[in-house]
Amino acid sequence: MRMGTAMLAALGVMLLAWWAYQENYRTRAAIAERAAIAAQIGAMERTVRLLDREWAYLNRPERLQELALINHAILGLEPMTPAAFGQVGDVATPEELAPPEPEALLAEAGEPFP
Amino acid sequence: MIGRWRRARPAERPSERQARVRRRAQGRIVLLGAAFALAFGAVGAKMGVMASEAPPSRRAAAAGADPGARADITDRRGRVLATNVETVSLYAEVRDIVDPEATARGLAAIFPDMDAERLAARLRPPRKFTWIRRTLSPEQRQAVHELGEPGLRFGPRQMRVYPAGRLAAHVLGGAGFGVEDVAWAELEGRAGIELAMDAWLSDPAHADGALRLSVDVAVQHAVEEVLAGAMALMGAKGATAVLMDAATGEIAAMASLPDFDPNARPRVLASGDRGDDPLFNRAVQGVYELGSVFKIFTAAQAVDLGLAGRSTLIDTSGPLRQNGFTIRDFKDYGPRLTLDDVIARSSNRGTARLALRIGGARQAAFLRSLGLFEPVGVELAEAPGAAPIAPAKWPDLTVMTVSYGHGIAVSPLHLAAAYAPMVNGGRRVRPTLIAGAGGAGERVLTAAAADAARAMLDRVVNADVGTAKMAQVEGYPMGGKTGTADKPSATGSYADDKVIATFAGAFPIDDPRWVLVVTLDEPNETSGELERRTAGWTAVPTAAEIVHRVAPLLGMRPAP
Repeated sequence: MRMGTAMLAALGVMLLAWWAYQENYRTRAAIAERAAIAAQIGAMERTVRLLDREWAYLNRPERLQELALINHAILGLEPMTPAAFGQVGDVATPEELAPPEPEALLAEAGEPFP
Repeated sequence: MIGRWRRARPAERPSERQARVRRRAQGRIVLLGAAFALAFGAVGAKMGVMASEAPPSRRAAAAGADPGARADITDRRGRVLATNVETVSLYAEVRDIVDPEATARGLAAIFPDMDAERLAARLRPPRKFTWIRRTLSPEQRQAVHELGEPGLRFGPRQMRVYPAGRLAAHVLGGAGFGVEDVAWAELEGRAGIELAMDAWLSDPAHADGALRLSVDVAVQHAVEEVLAGAMALMGAKGATAVLMDAATGEIAAMASLPDFDPNARPRVLASGDRGDDPLFNRAVQGVYELGSVFKIFTAAQAVDLGLAGRSTLIDTSGPLRQNGFTIRDFKDYGPRLTLDDVIARSSNRGTARLALRIGGARQAAFLRSLGLFEPVGVELAEAPGAAPIAPAKWPDLTVMTVSYGHGIAVSPLHLAAAYAPMVNGGRRVRPTLIAGAGGAGERVLTAAAADAARAMLDRVVNADVGTAKMAQVEGYPMGGKTGTADKPSATGSYADDKVIATFAGAFPIDDPRWVLVVTLDEPNETSGELERRTAGWTAVPTAAEIVHRVAPLLGMRPAP
């Protein structure tokens, strides 16, 4: 009995040691991988920042205005004026999307309105 | 050994000895178990902590902060106004230079502004080291690479760039290199908000973030465009405009023309008038006598003190002399006008007489409470140096001239800050360029007096007798006051053909949200038969055009 317990304990210690060894190296591998990924993220962030700057540069108001002027014949872009504000009702609805008239619906139902 | 010694001890019964040994062994086992439990427990606890804890941030893990790191600056909607670009600097280790002449010729071909001979001299011993270029474009870097000279080295650099070019140049100011080393260089602000907020921007904790300004790129651009147009049309020397939130003091646009490109900041003009320097921020540093725009302060204070109401009749008859100085009106407005009309028609005599009833002490205290005696606390490096020029003493003549804006010189930004309480219900605001940093301050006017001031400003634009009828913008009712001040000449007297034309106002005037100040330096409106310089013909139409362009961009629906 005592012998069995001792053997079991020894086996347990060996198993734990093996597990700890594995865990140690897996942790180191994970740390190395993390560093690699962090470097990759850093590189990508630098790229994103560079693209952000380029975006800001390409969208500088001066350039947009010139482009709007050059392409005025096609796009007809104008500076925003008070006339640009409208009511929802001013927006033209395509005929097939327009809601049917209530009278037409009632006639279709064939019942007089109570 | 111990056992043997123990065994040697006499007179101990075997059972007793057995019990003693067992107790001892048990004690050891418990101790050993506790030690193991503690060790494993510690490992387990550490693992638990590591598993539950958030991983350390990348930047904190990176060793040492980059001294070139600097936070971006964005507009109120996050559009980038200032940022960093990675680039390289070029330097030479002279002992590694193989052929100084050929290297110098090659560099001179890449950088046309360099002189080959002078460069060659710098590349020869006894020199050991020389800087060649602070920043290089990728193409230049490649060309230098292709020279194949081992003594030419590159050092990593962060370069400050302003993608929008001249936009909001005076707000941003500019940045340059401070302490330089081959491996790094410090970026530091040179002027404007870059210098005023230098500590914040260069703090590594903010390197990933951005300083969000209250300025809006679209609004700023529209304002600059309208001002440039007005300047060209009226032959003005300069123009400036400030658009500020009436309730919080957040500045949506601040423009000063002529301007400059912060990417290539020019040198300060060595000679000539400081006011002609493109680096000069007229909105903040342009301390001028602004004229009749000050009248509303006198009127508002008179109402506040209960000395007059909007319909109180004020004596506007001439002549009005004080200490040998005659106060004139643009034209004679008759013996008396209501306070409403004194402001709408801009009577100097009426305002001056009203100011005398207020008295110097109270007038000075009121102007002080509006912030007109101290530099504006806006986040610009130029602001603390731009103190208003206020009279030291307040004799009656000063009281009278100050009431219509002469004898006291302030900047357009001061004026915008002082107009805010007239239209926001009477609370002082402190102008700011940082989004979210604004807020209403202490009360300087009763709500009733502020409302009277607002109504009077409304009439200047919208009543038939008003001096700023050109400020009527369809959909956006505006109110405000004009001011045309003769420019002081170099000899100390006033020039008779040079004026500073100002319009200070607010829109929409029935419930003002924005304060707008427009100032033109030496405008000349020549479309009619007469040359016209008064603000009503110059600054007012400019302000109207600004509102027409800017109000839709601010998301305001036109009133039906």
